[in-house]
Amino acid sequence: MNSFRNATLRVLLMLAALALWELCVRVFDVPVYILPAPSGVLRALYVGVSRFIYIENSWITLEETLLGFLAGTSLAFLLGTAIALSRRFEYFLYPSIVMFQALPKVALAPLIVVWFGVGLPSKIVNAALIAFFPLMVNTIAGLRSADEDRVNLMRSLDASEAQIFWMLRLPGALPFIMAGLEVAMIFALIGAIVAEFVGATKGLGVLINTLNFSGDVAGIFSILFILSVLGLALNQVILAVRRRVLFWDASQKSVTEDTRRGGLL
Amino acid sequence: MSSPPAAAREARSGSSAADSVIAVRSLAKSYGTQPEPLRALEEIDFKIGEGEFVAIVGPSGCGKTTLLKILAGLIPASSGTALLRGTPILGPRRDIGVVFQAPVLFPWRTVLDNVLLPADVQRLDRVRLRAVALDLLRLVGLEGFDRRYPWELSGGMQQRVAIVRALIHDPAMLLMDEPFGALDAMTREQMNLELQRIWLERRKTVVFITHSIPEAVFLADRVLVMTPRPGRIAEAIAIDIARPRSLGVMSTLAFGAYALRVRAHFNALGGLDA
Repeated sequence: MNSFRNATLRVLLMLAALALWELCVRVFDVPVYILPAPSGVLRALYVGVSRFIYIENSWITLEETLLGFLAGTSLAFLLGTAIALSRRFEYFLYPSIVMFQALPKVALAPLIVVWFGVGLPSKIVNAALIAFFPLMVNTIAGLRSADEDRVNLMRSLDASEAQIFWMLRLPGALPFIMAGLEVAMIFALIGAIVAEFVGATKGLGVLINTLNFSGDVAGIFSILFILSVLGLALNQVILAVRRRVLFWDASQKSVTEDTRRGGLL
Repeated sequence: MSSPPAAAREARSGSSAADSVIAVRSLAKSYGTQPEPLRALEEIDFKIGEGEFVAIVGPSGCGKTTLLKILAGLIPASSGTALLRGTPILGPRRDIGVVFQAPVLFPWRTVLDNVLLPADVQRLDRVRLRAVALDLLRLVGLEGFDRRYPWELSGGMQQRVAIVRALIHDPAMLLMDEPFGALDAMTREQMNLELQRIWLERRKTVVFITHSIPEAVFLADRVLVMTPRPGRIAEAIAIDIARPRSLGVMSTLAFGAYALRVRAHFNALGGLDA
């Protein structure tokens, strides 16, 4: 009963904020190239969606994001595992990885477009690059978090290192890995959009650029709305997988919730 | 350091060499390679017979857990030998079951799958052992819990699952390292009764490590008393109390006399109470 009331209150609050926004724009007669009213954004959204422009470009951005996510996280998992399991790998690889990590990866976007062209590949590479680090760091931390007692138990059963990895280290690392995937998914979307800003012919980033040149601020807002829905949907997919995989984890907490609250994203 | 004469060694063991499951001879363990290495264990000698329940009791830091890890093949001894059924323990052995202080269950496995972990690791017949597992779970009063997950169980129940897991592959010996140390006093007494019941039914050879004198005297056929670092075996006391023992036995004179005899070793060392 109470939770129902709170949920209604939440929606009402959002509607009230939108109404206030609409009211302010109308009362103070804010120019549409500075801040459009919500009704204007809605209209732009309707026009864009009904002409299929938004759908087509959303699909392209989604494709770039997912492929980049897949490439970046696969590589991150493999490399993270190698580093976590082998001191030699860590010794030779980790310093350069850390140096690379300190670099703001978005700054590489212009170079990547030069190297990989204005098409799909450069977007995938950029998205993969940005999605790579959160998962790699978490994979290392997760695989190394195996409880000493559990390792001793496995050893006492005469388990091989491979068995210890598959039966203990990997399942035990899943909370970390899922948290890394959650961040990586949002990062991949950022990477795709940034690459589209720098040089592309299609995608939501390109649309934002075009609308910006023509001064269509309402259009930009409508794209931002689509991006936010897209990000939310991608996050929900990861959360659904997480709930399935980590049914046993007591700390069923989402990272993005925490980091968003902390303002990290 | 020479090992004690054979006669003295024989006196410490309750059985002859022939039928002993465990035979430990002048075992020592030290850590570090500095000029003054830390001596954890010295001149450990004992034998354990088939089906015998032996408790090793000593104050914290006397090397009890080190001894258990050597017996489990998790760490090597610095010198001396430990034989299990006549063959030296040089690494982890598949014929040993270990119960640690914490239940050490895997939260992503059900109770049944946790119990069958040794079967998965050692690639044993899962179908046959599944029936054994369900039998054992019934024996420890966990019938119907096989599909539950560890977090749905209380601490005592989790430790019972750990005991079943240690028994599932029918090991020659059960090593228990303060298995009930993390439980509250009431649950601990329950678990002592439970363990006695399981032992009376299965007659496994048990090495039970504890720092609780009453627990050691209550459970064991023989109590080995260890001194603080470097750990040595000060005395081996045969506990001649009829089984099954009820909790009431703890307030008998005989029980008190045994407990006092164990405690005397610690008092002599400066009043270390368990």
